[in-house]
Amino acid sequence: MPFQIIKQFFNDMRRQKLRSMLTMFGIFWGTCSIVLLFAFGTGITEAQIKSQKGIGENIAIVWPGITAREFKGLPRGRRIRPTEDDIRLIKQKAQSITHISPEYSRWNVKMKYSRNETIRNVVGIWPEFGLMRNLIPDYGSRFINNLDLSKKRRVAFIGNILKEDLFHEEGAVGKTVMINNVPFTVIGVMKEKKQDSSYNGRDARKAFIPASTFRTMYSFRYVNDFVIQCPPTVSMERAKREVYEIMGAKYRFDPDDTEALKIWDTTRGFAFLRNFFLAFNTFLVGIGVATLITGGIGVTNIMNVVLEERTKEIGIKMALGARKSAILSQFLFETMLITGIGGILGFLFAWGVVSGVGMMGFEDYIGVPRVSLFSGVLAIVLLGIIGTLAGIFPARRASNLQPVQAMKLF
Amino acid sequence: MIDLCKVTKTYITGTVEFKALKDIDLQIDRGEFVAIVGPSGSGKSTLMNLLGCLDVPTSGEYRLEGHSVNKLTSNQLADIRNTKIGFVFQAFNLLPYATSYENIEVPLLFAKVSAKKRRDRILELLALVGLADKLNNKPTELSGGEMQRVAIARALANDPDIILADEPTGNLDSKSGTAIIEMFHQMWKSGKTIILITHDMKLADQTQRIIRLKDGAIDGNGNLA
Ligand SMILES: Nc1ncnc2c1ncn2[C@@H]1O[C@H](COP(=O)(O)OP(=O)(O)OP(=O)(O)O)[C@@H](O)[C@H]1O
Ligand SMILES: [Mg+2]
Repeated sequence: MPFQIIKQFFNDMRRQKLRSMLTMFGIFWGTCSIVLLFAFGTGITEAQIKSQKGIGENIAIVWPGITAREFKGLPRGRRIRPTEDDIRLIKQKAQSITHISPEYSRWNVKMKYSRNETIRNVVGIWPEFGLMRNLIPDYGSRFINNLDLSKKRRVAFIGNILKEDLFHEEGAVGKTVMINNVPFTVIGVMKEKKQDSSYNGRDARKAFIPASTFRTMYSFRYVNDFVIQCPPTVSMERAKREVYEIMGAKYRFDPDDTEALKIWDTTRGFAFLRNFFLAFNTFLVGIGVATLITGGIGVTNIMNVVLEERTKEIGIKMALGARKSAILSQFLFETMLITGIGGILGFLFAWGVVSGVGMMGFEDYIGVPRVSLFSGVLAIVLLGIIGTLAGIFPARRASNLQPVQAMKLF
Repeated sequence: MIDLCKVTKTYITGTVEFKALKDIDLQIDRGEFVAIVGPSGSGKSTLMNLLGCLDVPTSGEYRLEGHSVNKLTSNQLADIRNTKIGFVFQAFNLLPYATSYENIEVPLLFAKVSAKKRRDRILELLALVGLADKLNNKPTELSGGEMQRVAIARALANDPDIILADEPTGNLDSKSGTAIIEMFHQMWKSGKTIILITHDMKLADQTQRIIRLKDGAIDGNGNLA
């Protein structure tokens, strides 16, 4: 029987080329657009979140400030400038802060390797800084560690662009680079990353050295800023509050005085982004559903027309001894085959488009679109259900007629 | 083998009821060759469709080989149409997209005959109706007489006991018509029960018995030769 059904199907296909093609195209189009929508939707979302995360996850940056309120008899307008000791204090006291690192920075420092020279920022930090800010060492290199810090080693971790500028194709690890005319050994190169928010310039162009080494070289009293990180389960608001309280107690300012220390909470950006993409994806799902419904209506219409035209054929087959189930299974099989072929072609086509676009190198704008099997299967299944219902009801109507009625309906 | 008892058929078109058959009593025995004649609109096709289980009576009972047709399931009816009855239509009713071969194959497929047996049977039937060389022609590539011969081959496919033919020569010229009628005579000689609707009294006179229909009723004693 299956063979007979397949044979009949190809007979019908031959006869109804246009209709079969149109139906198939409807399914093809529906599946294709849904898969593409989802692929680009997830690609864009992920790209945005990734480049936001380039600066680090769950972090806040704290800068010195000037008090804006009087507090316990002290005037306002006092400068509050944290030192590395304050940071140790916060690290010790704050419950909601898992990592913290000072950041000393010096702009326009001459850096030199053999004949290559450039002027960049040099930054003094603690080892935790690398984790917090997603400074991932490239293959065969490492970030600054505690030993570097305690021994005040003259070692440097350099951004990937700075590495290009100084070393071009040459390997940098182990080489000596002159920073401010002091020789430093390069211990690591940063792996390229996406970063669309920054302060003090991009990480890719900086040189990072131990905070202790930095202070020996430049004798800074105060840090330029410090970076704090809280666990994902804790609200950054709590961490900020603790910073204000600890520092307020020490320097005698009102913990509600947000001018005393300026804090940039990067998690606020994430919250916005997350909401934005939630809306964006809801919109995509809406378009997808609308596409499916349109496609489904198309399939339904076409199957109805097909069946009207074929009622006579059904009548003839019944007159020749076709059982109801034979008629129904033939139509069911046809609809499912058309849906299946259209859906798979649509899925493959979308896949092709996605890979093609992926190779064209627009990652910076739209990310890497990825085909989700789920969206394809979803589209095919939904369209299949619609198509099947569309095929089965008129077929049942026709096969419930007396043969002679079906034959005469033509 | 065929036994109609007070069979009526009423068509309802909108609010208008039309009695196409009125209290038909009719018996036809195995191996008979019967002609049904009557003016246009007298109900011949309606009667034939009931006999062929292509339609159901409005009232009355139709017994086929002792079974009351009203009580059969739709699958049982399908099987009867498939193996017990061969129907030949005035308008041929071939599947337009299929070749002669494929058209004859349809009832064999529904009877689940194996591929090899189907092939042998189809070739045998095509030879019988003289179309061995036209097996790959579609209906549009055949003459009217040839189409009707394909339809006859199809009706014979599962070797049914009863052949019903509703004006099989109505769309044919007299020469091809004569050839077709000759085939019915051969089928009859091979033991089949034949019921033939015709307008042509010369053809009717060649049968064993003539049933005259008039206004949905049998005119005179239909059961007499
Ligand atoms: N489906 C139907 N709905 C309503 N009336 C019908 C239907 N089929 C047939 N009739 C009516 O029933 C009557 C008998 O029709 P039938 O087709 O049996 O006539 P017939 O004897 O075969 O005529 P002809 O020789 O022209 O083929 C006609 O008056 C016709 O109008
Ligand atoms: Mg008629």
